[in-house]
Parts: sequence; C-alpha cells; structure tokens
Amino acid sequence: MTSPTEIEGPEASVALDKDATAETEAAEETKQGHQGRSPGQLMWMRFKRDRVGVVSAFVVVFFFLIGALAPVISSLYGKDPYTLYPSVPGYEDILDDFGMPYGTFGGVSGEFWFGIEPNLGRDVFTMLLYGIRTSLYLAVVVTVLSVLTGVLIGMVGGFFGGKVDYWLGRVTDFFLAFPSQLFFIAFMPVVTALFVDPREETPTYLRAVAIVLVMWFLGWMGMARLVRSSALTIREREFVEAALVSGASRWRIVRKEILPNIVTPILVQGTYMLPSAILSIAFLSYVGVGFNESTPDWGRMFSIGSKIYEQDPAFMFFPGIALVVFILAFNLLGDSVRDAFDPKTGR
Amino acid sequence: MLQFLIRRLTGAVVIMFLIGAFTFFLFYTIPQDFAALSCGKNCSPENLAVIRENLGLDKPITTQFWTFMVGIVAGRDFAQGHCAAPCLGMSFDSGDFVWDSIVDRFPLTVSLTVGGLIIFLVLGLGSGMLAAWKRGTKVDKFVSGASMVLSSFQIYFLGAIVLGLMVYSTGWMENPSYTPFTEDPLAWATGLLIPWAVMATIFTAQYTRMARSTMIEQLQEEHVRTARAKGMPQRYVFFRYAWRGSLTPIVTIIGMDLSALLSGAVVTEFTFDLAGVGRLAVDASVSKDLPLTMGVMLFGAFFILLLNIVVDIAYAYIDPRVRLA
Repeated sequence: MTSPTEIEGPEASVALDKDATAETEAAEETKQGHQGRSPGQLMWMRFKRDRVGVVSAFVVVFFFLIGALAPVISSLYGKDPYTLYPSVPGYEDILDDFGMPYGTFGGVSGEFWFGIEPNLGRDVFTMLLYGIRTSLYLAVVVTVLSVLTGVLIGMVGGFFGGKVDYWLGRVTDFFLAFPSQLFFIAFMPVVTALFVDPREETPTYLRAVAIVLVMWFLGWMGMARLVRSSALTIREREFVEAALVSGASRWRIVRKEILPNIVTPILVQGTYMLPSAILSIAFLSYVGVGFNESTPDWGRMFSIGSKIYEQDPAFMFFPGIALVVFILAFNLLGDSVRDAFDPKTGR
Repeated sequence: MLQFLIRRLTGAVVIMFLIGAFTFFLFYTIPQDFAALSCGKNCSPENLAVIRENLGLDKPITTQFWTFMVGIVAGRDFAQGHCAAPCLGMSFDSGDFVWDSIVDRFPLTVSLTVGGLIIFLVLGLGSGMLAAWKRGTKVDKFVSGASMVLSSFQIYFLGAIVLGLMVYSTGWMENPSYTPFTEDPLAWATGLLIPWAVMATIFTAQYTRMARSTMIEQLQEEHVRTARAKGMPQRYVFFRYAWRGSLTPIVTIIGMDLSALLSGAVVTEFTFDLAGVGRLAVDASVSKDLPLTMGVMLFGAFFILLLNIVVDIAYAYIDPRVRLA
C-alpha cells in the first residue's frame, strides 16, 4: 500500500528513484513468482534492504533500552545520579579545592566512566542514563498524546466536513499562530501554578505533568492537518462509497476503511515528532523552566555544562555526543521509514 | 495589493486579539493570588491591598481584560505614571513598563536573528543547490552527509564547542557581546560573529537538505526536461527554471520556520549569555512575572504574524500564478 497522499512538511517529498525501486521489485517479483504480499510485508522488505535505516533503528532501540534499563545498569555499575560522592567515605578526594574533578577529561576513570560533575561530585554516567530515561519517556508520552489528538481532530474534520471541518480548521490555524517555544516558556509557570502554590517548590512529577500538558497543547496541529487532508482524499474513493452503500456504520468506515489507508503518513510524521519533542523538552530544561535541580535530565545537563564549561569542558561532552547520535539516528530512521513505506519519495 | 494587505492585517489583528484573550484568561483565572506573588515574602495586608488596587486585581476579570486591551491601543495610567500607547502593562518585579523592557532588549534579538538568517539562507541555499547540481558525485555526498550530521547538533552543544575552541582555549576571539549597531558597527559585527556562526551552522544544515531535495524535485519537472531537450545550456536551465520553481516551497518553509528561528534566538541568547528578548521571556517566566511574560509572548506572536504576511507577499513576487486578492 502506498498511500495516495504525500506527506506535508519541511521534508517535502521528491519523486526520483521511482524507476530504480520499481525495477528491483519487479526483479524480485519474477524470482519468487507472483505471490501476494501485504503492504506491511513489502514495507518490511524494503526497510531491511536499507542498511542505514537498520543501523539507525538499532541505535534508537539501544537508546530506548538504556533508558528502560537505567536502574538495572546503575545498580550493576554501583552508582546513582543523586549521591554527592565527595561526602561518601572513600571518595573524599575526587574533587580538588576548586570543586573540579581530579584526573583527565573531567575525572574519567574505571570508577567513574564518564567523569564526575564539578562542584557537586555526582556521577556523570548515571546522570546521563537517567537523563535519557526522563527525556525519552516524557517525549514518548507527549508524542503519543499529540498523535492521538491530531488523528482524532483531523479525522473528525476530514470525515464530517462542512461546518465542523471549517471550525476545527480555524481552531487549528489559531493554535498554529502561537509561537510555540515562547508559549512553552510562558505557560510553564501558569500550568504548574494550577497544581501548586507558586511560592512553594514544585515536585518533579508535577513538572513532568506540566511539560506534557504544555507540549501536548501545541503539539497536535501538524498531525491534525495531515490527517484531515489525507482523510479528505480517501473519503472520496470508491471503496469508501462501496462501504457506505453496503450500509457500514460511520465508525466502521473510519476504523476499517480510512484509518488503515492513512497509517503511513501518520507513522512517518510521528517518527519526526518524537525527536523534536525530545529537543523541546531539552530546550525547556536548558533555559531553566523545565525540570529543576536533582532531577536527572538531558537538557539540564547542558544547562549545568554550559555554566562550568570554561573550567570543565568534558562534562558537556558525553551528553552532547549522545544527543547528536540519537537525533541523527532518529532522523535517518525517519527518512528510511518514509522511503520504505513510500518508495516514490526519494532522498 | 492594498486590499490584500488590509484583509491580512485585519486577520492578524483578530488573531492577536484572540491570542491575547486566550492568554489573559488562562493567566489570570488560575487560582493564585498575584498580588501576593508580586508583593514578595514579607507582605503586610495593607501593602497587599495597595498592590491589588494598583494592578486592578480587585475588579472583575472581564474589566481587567478590557483595561488591558484598551491599554494596548490607547495607553493606560498607573499609579507610577502614564504608560504610553502600546501599553502591555507593568512588570510585577521591576515595576517597569513591559513595552519599554521589550523595546530595550529587542535590537539584540533582531540583530541576532536577521544576521543568522542572512548567513544561513545564503550558505544553505547555496550548498543545497551545489549538491543538487553535482548530484551523485562526491561533492554531493560530502555536502549531504555533513548537513545531515550538523543538523543533528544543537545550538547549546555546538555553541559550547565553538566557545571552547575560539575563546577559552586559544583566546582568538572575545566572548560574544552586544554593541548597538549605531554606536560601533564593527564591534557589533565582531561581537555577534560567534552566535551568528553557530546559529547559522545548524539552520544552514537544515536548509541545505531542503534546498537540495527541492532542487532535485524541480529538475525532474517536465518544463525543465523540455528546456534541456531543446538544448538550453545547463546553467540557464538550472538558474532560470529549476531555481525559480524551487523558491516557492523554500519560502513556504521559511515561513513555517519563523517560530523555530525565534526559539533558536532564545537558545542562542542563553548559550552566549546575551540579554535579548528571549532571555527576558525566560527570566519573567522563572520569576512568575505574569504581565512581562504575557507581553513578551504577545510581542512574539505579533512578529510571527507580521512576518507571515511578508512571506505571503513574497510569494506573489516569486510565483506569478499566486495573486494577492
């Protein structure tokens, strides 16, 4: 199944390697005889051939795994991201008089694999593990919520059309006019103030909830537009008409006729949304309105790192490289998934 | 043209009003006492009452909203004095008028954004076209690969690396700083050189990828093929035909990226410790200075709307099929 609709967005698709892919597929077709394959199988076949895509998929899975297994890894490793090691017996002399770690490259050693945080003396390796965990899972929640909301609103607009569509479209446009990052910054204190008194310290889980709410609020519009335009074209197709004539209910048509045909663009858009959610969360923590002290978070590590960068550039190195690798892998994976689903679009 | 402008500006005013209303009610209906927030820790009941009256918090919320909106158009009087026409209220913390604080910080953010924008448009579109021109060769692979990697970098990380290399370890350059252009253009440019370079690198990478794929797409178009078939020189085909056609999608994406550019400016300001509007927004948000936060947000929204209209006008010049009516 190649979706009849193209994906909108900055990665505007290009038609090029059409002939090449068609040829190889035809060749395989004759080799194995004409046997029926589901669109999913076809996609999987194409994806497996894409070496860059497979490698980036492994990298992405690896990040999710270390995020999920952070407590296990850190217990095996014997450290945690909260302990201030200079106050632990046996580690008193890891920081010098200026609060900087002894040893090369920010105190990298067999004991502290990625070095030690200056001043406080926490372990960088576990900070990064838990930081990845925080960012990744929060981003997954934000992405899933935004995708669901976008699909729902887009589907309602695209399927019902008319006045409903018009007004949903206006609402979508309205929220698109918000400067999103500025909005995140501005609304973080307001949303947290919904739950706690602003003069008190906000607990970590409430900060997480506030981040999710704020980002969810402005995260669904792109998806809604995409789903709406896709649903609009599918709605006019013969098989939907046939289903209508044969007396299928609206719900059945949406679920069984339209949704399966727009899964591709939704999935591709989703793979682009997740890394940008991670970056937005990191952005909030970096500028200091996201998570605060003692919560291990990827973005916050950059915030700490930039404050002490002149004295200890090594602190920033590991989280920075990890983020670059992760985003790179995710972008490549997104491109590969798109190519696999829809070989018409080339890079 | 005039009709288009009037229509779009009216639309923008309506959206601004809605954003203003939305933000205002969200900000001022949350169950918190802003007078207490603005008053600080040791607050006597009398002080509290004075602040309430000053901020107009004793009146119903719709009245407050009306005063706020009228203030933007006609100015407003506070106990501290008159706040001239685009009055966005008064900061809880400093007691300054919000508009003045923003105007004070704005030149820096504009210098940062516009400088970065020019650099990355020239470099990004240039290298993207080069990659499309040399498609499939080593040049293309190098440019595409480099832009893929660089677009995965973040301003705060790349900025730190560049600062480390150019300032801390070698001392080749001064720490970035801002001097108003009108005072000393040279100091203005050298002070902002590193922030521009860092911001532009990341956006350049993204625009290279995009320009390359749009150009390749355009080169597949039938009219381009026809031009080639009739023996038109490659250079002519490339610049007059393909380039012209790929401008429209590129301008669209620039329009969509305006918000990203703004947030890029915020991060850049943080990375290089420059006090611009982004910094103002974050500081206001952290100290829960609601009038200031709201003012900066409305200001940002206003700019994005305005620039979007500019982008739409640019369309008409690029693509003769688009008419502004």
